Amino acid sequence: MKAMQVDTVVPVPRANRSQPAWQRFSQRVPLVLTYLVLVLIALAYVIPFLWLLSGALKSNHELFASPVVWIPKHWMFSNFVEAFRQFPFLLYLRNTLIIVGCNLVGVVLSNTLIAYGFARVNWPFRNAVFILVLATMMLPFQVTMIPLFVLFTNLGWIGTFLPLIVPSFFGNAFYIFLLRQFFIGIPKDLSDSAKVDGASEFRIYWQIILPLAKPVVTTVAIFSFIHDWGDFIGPLVFLSNNKLYTLSLGIQQIMSANDPRWTLLLAVGVSMTVPVLLLFFFMQRQFIQGISFTGIKD
Amino acid sequence: MNKRSLRTGLLFISPWIVGFVVFTAYPVFASLYYSLTDYSMIGTPRFVGLQNYVNLFSDKVFLTSLANTLYMVVIGLSFITVSTVTIAILLNNRRIKGLSFFRVVFFLPTLVPTVVLSVLWIWILEPDTGLINSILHLFGIPGPGWLASPAWAKPSFILMALWGAGNMIIIYLAGLQDISPALYEAASLDGANAWQKAVHITVPMLRPVIVFNVITGLIGTFQSFAEAFIMTNGGPNNATLFYSLYLYENAFQYFKIGYASAMAWILLIIVLGCTVLLLKFSHQLRPE
Repeated sequence: MKAMQVDTVVPVPRANRSQPAWQRFSQRVPLVLTYLVLVLIALAYVIPFLWLLSGALKSNHELFASPVVWIPKHWMFSNFVEAFRQFPFLLYLRNTLIIVGCNLVGVVLSNTLIAYGFARVNWPFRNAVFILVLATMMLPFQVTMIPLFVLFTNLGWIGTFLPLIVPSFFGNAFYIFLLRQFFIGIPKDLSDSAKVDGASEFRIYWQIILPLAKPVVTTVAIFSFIHDWGDFIGPLVFLSNNKLYTLSLGIQQIMSANDPRWTLLLAVGVSMTVPVLLLFFFMQRQFIQGISFTGIKD
Repeated sequence: MNKRSLRTGLLFISPWIVGFVVFTAYPVFASLYYSLTDYSMIGTPRFVGLQNYVNLFSDKVFLTSLANTLYMVVIGLSFITVSTVTIAILLNNRRIKGLSFFRVVFFLPTLVPTVVLSVLWIWILEPDTGLINSILHLFGIPGPGWLASPAWAKPSFILMALWGAGNMIIIYLAGLQDISPALYEAASLDGANAWQKAVHITVPMLRPVIVFNVITGLIGTFQSFAEAFIMTNGGPNNATLFYSLYLYENAFQYFKIGYASAMAWILLIIVLGCTVLLLKFSHQLRPE
């Protein structure tokens, strides 16, 4: 998408031997300072994270010990076993996976079709309609949440997964935007020569554009997964049945119970975070490109 | 030909049209209608005109929630913006080795799901045995009560938001890498120092990206809900009762649907107003 490594700082001329020692030193100071500040900030970012991981392996006593225990004496992998035994973790996981999986299908199918319509079919008013699509991105969920709750209640959908699944089959402004940008960049000649051969728009979409768009479709799929995996307010509002609770909602329920066992809570929390971490480490490029790309529009 | 392309285009975007009508346009107008009624989800809505709006502005708790959220926008978002831009500028240095390592470090916290983030931070901010106060203790500084203290509860949330703002750093970094090195070379020839270059080149060139992040951050702050719901439930003394939390309570705990809908519409107007103002303001700052 773009060059990742563009230098913006003019190289400082190398200190040559004719310069006095202090001058050579003073040229190095800013760089050393920058490193020092960056390393300190990086530590502040990484310590809470390691704290989470180590907390899940501590005993209850170590967790609230003073002074702080940094590395648990015995790694309590039993916390995980205990947590899975005490909480309906597998049920929550199953529910979360159902929602995540159905939404992946809905998000990819609907948004690629819609983005194709905006990027590669030339129809009157399409730019005006596209602005409307972008405008919906600014609409807070709080505005539509209440009428949707009333609507889903009347449809008998509350207490089922449907309110969290069905809307994903009808497009999402942000994903449409990302996909459209990519589709526009695919050379027009590809479609034109296919049209000469008598291919329909749908066939061009399915057999030419979609295979070419794998990187951006992957990015959209990752965003969709992350969103649904961690979503809290959606399940809270629409899932009234605790047999349908997702991991997010389940953890909150465990926590609001009286006197939760924190080590177990952290074990469940770590189990919920690790899949996202794995996804990140395998798909780092798509992540970073996707995130960087969102900022580049004026 | 034109007619056919119109038909094809509409066919491709038809899922969006249906979704827009059912899941966006209808709820927006229904919300406006509910905001003019007295409705508790049972029975039929009773039309009361602008009464909900009038009541809201004499509701002390509503005004507190609005003030709390404005605090998070004005102080919190400014702090986060300055911090993330600074970190990105520090990172955007050709002589810094291990850029991709730092990028991963700053990005990792954004991967932690909100619920887990909330659980983790309750424990980090714990006044006696929490991570932050334990570290402060090492330096002989007595730490505040964080989430238990009305004065420190909001700063706690700002700190937590900064920890999760790694995606902003990535976006700023991408924006910085788009700035032409020639600008800096020219400035260096003119004898500009690092600070002058940052103020006269980096920040103006980064303006669109900053505006984008501030608008997204503003909408996000007004919608922020889960953390406060899970961690403090609005306390202590309503210090973290943020706008969307009070809206949720009205709708789904007190079943004041009309009242909550009026709040939703005020939210919509605030978000739109701020966005338009920010864009206007930003155009005035555009370098010639």
